[in-house]
Amino acid sequence: MIERAEVEAVARLARLELSDEELEPLARELSAVLDHIATIAELDLSGVAPTSHVVDVTGALRPDEPRPCLPREVVLAQAPVVSADGFLVPSPQA
Amino acid sequence: MSGGDIVQLSAGAAAASVQAGALSARELFEVYRARAAADRDAGGEGLNCFTWVAERAPAEGAAEPLHGVPLAVKDLFCVEGVPSQACSRILEGYRPPYTATAVARLRDAGAPLLAKTNQDEFAMGSSSENSAFGPVLNPWDRGRVPGGSSGGSAAAVAAGLAPWALGTDTGGSIRQPAALCGIVGMKPTYGTVSRYGMIAFASSLDQAGPLTRNVSDAGLLLRHMTGHDACDATSLHSASISAPRAERLDGVRLGVPEELAGEGIEAGVLDAFHAALALAEELGAELAPARLPHAPHALAAYYVLAPAECSSNLARYDGVRFGLRVEGDDLLEMHTRTRHDGFGAEVKRRIMLGTYALSAGYYEAYYGRAQRVRTKIAEDFSSAFERVDYIVSPTSPTVAFKLGERTSDPLSMYLSDYCTVPMSLAGIPAISIPCGLSGGLPVGLQIAGPALSDSALLDAAHALEQAISFDASAARV
Repeated sequence: MIERAEVEAVARLARLELSDEELEPLARELSAVLDHIATIAELDLSGVAPTSHVVDVTGALRPDEPRPCLPREVVLAQAPVVSADGFLVPSPQA
Repeated sequence: MSGGDIVQLSAGAAAASVQAGALSARELFEVYRARAAADRDAGGEGLNCFTWVAERAPAEGAAEPLHGVPLAVKDLFCVEGVPSQACSRILEGYRPPYTATAVARLRDAGAPLLAKTNQDEFAMGSSSENSAFGPVLNPWDRGRVPGGSSGGSAAAVAAGLAPWALGTDTGGSIRQPAALCGIVGMKPTYGTVSRYGMIAFASSLDQAGPLTRNVSDAGLLLRHMTGHDACDATSLHSASISAPRAERLDGVRLGVPEELAGEGIEAGVLDAFHAALALAEELGAELAPARLPHAPHALAAYYVLAPAECSSNLARYDGVRFGLRVEGDDLLEMHTRTRHDGFGAEVKRRIMLGTYALSAGYYEAYYGRAQRVRTKIAEDFSSAFERVDYIVSPTSPTVAFKLGERTSDPLSMYLSDYCTVPMSLAGIPAISIPCGLSGGLPVGLQIAGPALSDSALLDAAHALEQAISFDASAARV
């Protein structure tokens, strides 16, 4: 069973605020899923190479040539808060 | 042609009718637009398939070769200027400044956008209940789920509210809802369809594919989606998809893996599966036992790898560049509050699981081991395909389950993908076709082939489909 403190620590890493009502069930649910996942600990995987990508793709490089990108005003139009020419965020230290 | 007659046409037949001049593309679009809009506006009386419906038919004429057959698209495909939020609150108000390659290619081939479809938030779920737009209902029984995560696409096609639809499949999200709604759904070989413009869940697994009324429509739609795209470095220069025509399965060896077609599968599902296998033998196929010894571990590996990739991909939702922002006293508080309010419970669960699995001290025990299990699963399939041409199994262990039945127990929900996850981890193509009913609800048959066998797989599915001749009319609204 994962402890509540551990759930809070992972939530901090994930930049997630969790309410008290969310914490308890989450600890229980994560524990149940991790118990199921633990079955792969029983397998002998020594000497087995990891797979991160299933299809062989090599040389996915393109010429490094300047190309137009989306206009700044189009991109900024999607942002919740902007200044004249950029994304506006609160200060890291209030 | 009356509206009722038009809705009876498969997508391929509708394209042919437009080409022959028996039907105008505008009329075709308008019939479906009205049906989709009626479902959207029906409140609790509809199936809740759609998040957005086009207001009018496209002004320009119907392009070849798809002749204006309108397309419903899962909400997570970005379409320029059209709401695209993967059914998450955190992307509320987002209007992408660009269009996903798959959607653009189909539009250019003559399949204009009809509607965006409801789904599990960020494609995380197997029931389409985890949506900011509320759950989708199964047209066969409105007290049951349509499966997920492409449940809106599956239900819309099954109910005749769209001629065909796009979905995405990470661990079964096309095949499982297709099975539960009695339609055809295909996950192509990883890399055959560009992922550009698909809102990412787990990038090494995500793959777009068709949800259609029949196998020919699936082949037709897939043919115009595939091909290399400079915007997705993992997309392949794969061979063009040919139209499925096979009527027989002479000499085709079908492998039946005990791991996916025995214990844990509902009896009624197994009955329909075995009846389909008997038909396959009548068509000339040979049945052979197959072994996928690591398949029972696929779900465990998947629920490390997919959440790990999701926790990384979803880091971009931070209240800065798009979507929702909840203000806070400082930057960190703004981030954490935005993510608290913007993400639903299942998405939070997976972000937490992935962050945990990737955190210092646990990385090798979880992520490292899961990647090695993935290798073993791919090797299982490679060995099996030395002896058989295709692997066949039920698509889902059960028929459509009741709304709310699995929402309080994440693990029971995850088990919905027991038969579909192994193929996703191996990156191989797999298709689900309806093979019968159990208790009045559709059962899906899954056929999987080696990487890049997509055209041949469609052929095999086509032959079986003709022999099964599934009657889907009960789901039409």
